[in-house]
Amino acid sequence: MTALDLPYPPAVLADERQDLLSELRTVGMVWERELIRFARTRTRILSGFTQPILFLFVLGYGMTTLVGTTGGFDFKKFVFPGIVAMTVVSTAIFSAISIVWDREFGFLREMLVAPVSRAALVVGKTLGGASVATVQGTIMLVLAPLIGVHLTALLVVEVIATELLMAVALTTFGVFVASRIQKMEGFQVVMQLLLFPMLFLSGALFPLKGLPTWLAVITRINPLTYAVDPLRHVVFAVQHMPPAAAARFSTGVSLFGYTLPIGVELGIVCTFAVVFLSLAIAGFGRPE
Amino acid sequence: MTATPGALSPGELDTSKPLTAVPQRSLAIEVSALSKRYGEVQAVHSVSFSVERGEVFAFLGPNGAGKSTTIKMLCTLARPSAGRARVAGFDVVRQPKAVRRHIGLVFQDQTLDDQLTAEENLRFHAVLYRVPHDQVARRIDRVLRLVALEDRRRDLVGTFSGGMARRLEIARGMLHTPSVLFLDEPTVGLDPQTRALMWEDVLRMRREEGVTIFLTTHYMDEAEYADRIAIIDHGQIVALDTPDQLKHQVAADAVELVTADDVVAEQRLAAAGFQVRRDPERLVIFTANGEAQVARIVESAGVAVRNVHVHRPTLDDVFLHYTGRQIREGPAERSVAMPLRARMTRRR
Repeated sequence: MTALDLPYPPAVLADERQDLLSELRTVGMVWERELIRFARTRTRILSGFTQPILFLFVLGYGMTTLVGTTGGFDFKKFVFPGIVAMTVVSTAIFSAISIVWDREFGFLREMLVAPVSRAALVVGKTLGGASVATVQGTIMLVLAPLIGVHLTALLVVEVIATELLMAVALTTFGVFVASRIQKMEGFQVVMQLLLFPMLFLSGALFPLKGLPTWLAVITRINPLTYAVDPLRHVVFAVQHMPPAAAARFSTGVSLFGYTLPIGVELGIVCTFAVVFLSLAIAGFGRPE
Repeated sequence: MTATPGALSPGELDTSKPLTAVPQRSLAIEVSALSKRYGEVQAVHSVSFSVERGEVFAFLGPNGAGKSTTIKMLCTLARPSAGRARVAGFDVVRQPKAVRRHIGLVFQDQTLDDQLTAEENLRFHAVLYRVPHDQVARRIDRVLRLVALEDRRRDLVGTFSGGMARRLEIARGMLHTPSVLFLDEPTVGLDPQTRALMWEDVLRMRREEGVTIFLTTHYMDEAEYADRIAIIDHGQIVALDTPDQLKHQVAADAVELVTADDVVAEQRLAAAGFQVRRDPERLVIFTANGEAQVARIVESAGVAVRNVHVHRPTLDDVFLHYTGRQIREGPAERSVAMPLRARMTRRR
């Protein structure tokens, strides 16, 4: 068949080029689907709150009696930003389970055979999961008055921005794991194994100052540490805190005796997000 | 091609895309010496064929014959080990994205999102396949009407029966006005009534949108819908023709006769030069063109004829002829096994 060996006209090859606008539409559509599915599963929304609320009230009140109050500031208030972070992180990480789910129910195939880039699909998934996690974390703020944490409009905006970055980073991590694990159970086991150590060793539940060296080292290696601290920093900035309280319930992560500025911490989180996003895209639905 | 008034003509959607550059060939699919090897296994062995635009073309073969592997290569989901293939004018290796944009795919397994409504599933597809924004709503209406699901558009797909879901998938496959619609074992697991309905949908799409249909099946009765059938076995095409021609080449028609006196009729028919066999309660006459011969047969029998059937050879016979065995049934998890001869015999 000589006809098959004719050179292709350049206009046909132009059809192969990426069209940025349509890639963005794909990102938007994948994102929208995640939100629609989230809004339709009320049980998932509610169950997303049970654990953080349990931690906030049981751990918060229990530890408050033990630790006591310093200058009107207590452990409940200290742990509150950590609990918000915990809500965001667990929702973000588990949102990626939808990929495993999609694989099991066939919808992943519908996406992978479409004439779109894997990057658009991964970015859409990530933004969808991150949005859901941010919404979930932000809803937790309604409990702030109960705990005695003071909120301002600017604070809420700053919290949402921080949550979003944290959520994107953790969702890319989840998507990365999901792209490599075929089975639902496998994903859940791996995530549970990772999630709790990461949370407990991130400073979400206790101050990072004065830890034994081995524990301090682990918390500094944990990337989540650099996401939790900015959130707490932002919340504490508008609380009335006497110096004694600020010293006791301190913020800031020190590395080799040097306290990192918030910008650096957020930079670390960004780097984490970019690295896992690239890994997730690379591992997402390789062709046969 | 005839379009109903108000219907979109095929390609009407694509005016904004650089489709003008698509080579205007009359062939929807061109395959030459296509092969696929998985390690030591030669799944497809140097297959060549072409499919005309607007044709319904069936790949008939047992499981493991290479049907799905071929469809995967044509849909750019698997890379050929050798040979070339063009779909809708695009090379499957060099222009996979263009191929994908111009084909519709319906898999064996469901690929819908249960938690979305029918309409949301379609909208998702429309965006990913770049249906122009202002045409999405119109196009969704149209394909939902084609499969008669327009009043279920806002229902969650999770509430659909298996048959409805499959028809929605076919509608989705047609949403972006593909040139070729690939159906991989489209009616597996559907009851006969739903199958008939689904085929009405598919043939209506061919008629109204001018789409080319490429399907794989291991059901004989399904292959009957095709304009042409390629019988594939052990990764090779062993026969390729229209269903009628295939049957014609394989065997003569059988005319069954129930008469007042079979013994006398048998003698007279034999004397008239017919090849006759006497079974209990009936005579069977083997001849080419059975239907055209009925009058002569009845006349030659010379006794009262109570009943006449003309049996054309079935695709089962054809398949047996070319492969030396009956087609194997599907694997156990496929719930509804279609009675193979249900649509086979045409009685009169």
